[in-house]
Amino acid sequence: MSDLTPEQKARQGWMSVLAKAPPKRLAALFEAFGPAPDHTWLRPCEIGGVMVRGRAGGTGAPFNIGEMTVTRCALQLASGEVGHAYVQGRDKGHATRAALIDALMQTEQGGALRRAVLDPLEAEMAAGKAVRAEKAAATKVDFFTMVRGED
Amino acid sequence: MYVAVKGGERAIDNAHRWLAEERRGDREVSELTIPQIREQLSLAVQRVMAEGSLYDPDLAALAMKQARGDMIEAIFLIRAYRTTLPRIGHAAPVETGSMACDRRISATFKDVPGGQVLGPTFDYTHRLLDFALEAEGLKPEAAPATAPAHAGDMPRVTDFLNQDGLIQSETPSDDTPPDMTRQPMEYPAGRPLRLQALTRGDEGFVLSMAYSTQRGYAKNHPFVGELRIGAVAVQMKIPELGFAIEIGEVTLTECETVNQFTGSKTEPAQFTRGYGLVFGQSERKAISMALVDRALRWEELGEDNLGAPAQDEEFVLSHADNIQATGFLEHIKLPHYVDFQSELELVRRIRAGTETEKKEVAE
Repeated sequence: MSDLTPEQKARQGWMSVLAKAPPKRLAALFEAFGPAPDHTWLRPCEIGGVMVRGRAGGTGAPFNIGEMTVTRCALQLASGEVGHAYVQGRDKGHATRAALIDALMQTEQGGALRRAVLDPLEAEMAAGKAVRAEKAAATKVDFFTMVRGED
Repeated sequence: MYVAVKGGERAIDNAHRWLAEERRGDREVSELTIPQIREQLSLAVQRVMAEGSLYDPDLAALAMKQARGDMIEAIFLIRAYRTTLPRIGHAAPVETGSMACDRRISATFKDVPGGQVLGPTFDYTHRLLDFALEAEGLKPEAAPATAPAHAGDMPRVTDFLNQDGLIQSETPSDDTPPDMTRQPMEYPAGRPLRLQALTRGDEGFVLSMAYSTQRGYAKNHPFVGELRIGAVAVQMKIPELGFAIEIGEVTLTECETVNQFTGSKTEPAQFTRGYGLVFGQSERKAISMALVDRALRWEELGEDNLGAPAQDEEFVLSHADNIQATGFLEHIKLPHYVDFQSELELVRRIRAGTETEKKEVAE
């Protein structure tokens, strides 16, 4: 993935944030940004499964663990930009908002949208992760072996 | 053989209505919500996801509510739902090396880099009933978030051993793994298929198989090299775009065991490995899976087949699935009237024959 263009890298970044965002929070932030733009469906929302894989020993041959639910859709704004979404779970509203934002990010509203929706989302998600990591760190122990008496 | 029967619609309908009423229980008690189950019975929810083979906490919580807490029934509901989902694609193998670890311990190295991180564990609790939980409305104390978080990826314990060549390394590959939900099982299954069957296998069954190896049936002397629990990102290549994005995040438990070594006159002695990776926070299952994985590798590692159940791939894999097992087991309660009629006839005929013979002998 190192040979992506800067535009692709940026898009990869926001699509990943949108996929993992808490749906309610995304809805609230997007609503506050303004009314949702008109769009036509290229692919209406579809709920499906994606097979999640692991590797034997963490680094060896791939194997299937099980599926996760994913909702995807594709749409086009009246101005022509195409938005895609692949989001975890079965929330069609979440997928629709993610696709709309993906499309809007390609317009001149991109900068404002980043500041109003993506930046706060990213910051909140990072803060949540940081608190969890700090809680984990607070449970770090130092085991010590007892002296047994003999030499 | 079970033969389809007709009739009984009204009885069935009434039975299901009563089931719904019993499920609800005493109406004086407030009804459980899906978020309550998801948040407060999270380990049960995660087990339903692991064995139901579908990561979706809300669905798993719904299945538990519908099944009145019968775990296998809930897993059955999830498996049935799963078959209705179109397969959108497959994700890239998860990078457990960059897991955001809630818990990470090693039983082999006291001073493991990154440290022994206990996380929200039952270990070291006294297993005494906590009557404070019986009183409703008590606010739990918030967990302290007082220590600076570990920066960067948590290093793998097996990597330290690997540096000195003391443990076998895994052969990296990008082969497409076989999928038992798409093709019928074939034996010998191979390790990727075995790992899939074990990760969705019944926790009790996999635990018992693992326990049998510890008790001497296919002894493989394991140490928990590392156990880690936490969230990992799931990446999938989006065909329309030609690049991969993160489509979500799953909580996984990973266990790597360090096992008794192999070696010969030509090859230096080396530790071997077993591997477990399971949806959710489920270390009992992940450790069990690693032990059974290791036992099933006897042939590849040039060990003797001791005839132990845990070494028998076909035995383990064909009995690990609790939905298959319960389906076959419970079907015998369904009407077998015709079948049984013929058995009844047969017994009567044989008995009649014996009676005649007796009479003949007497005469």
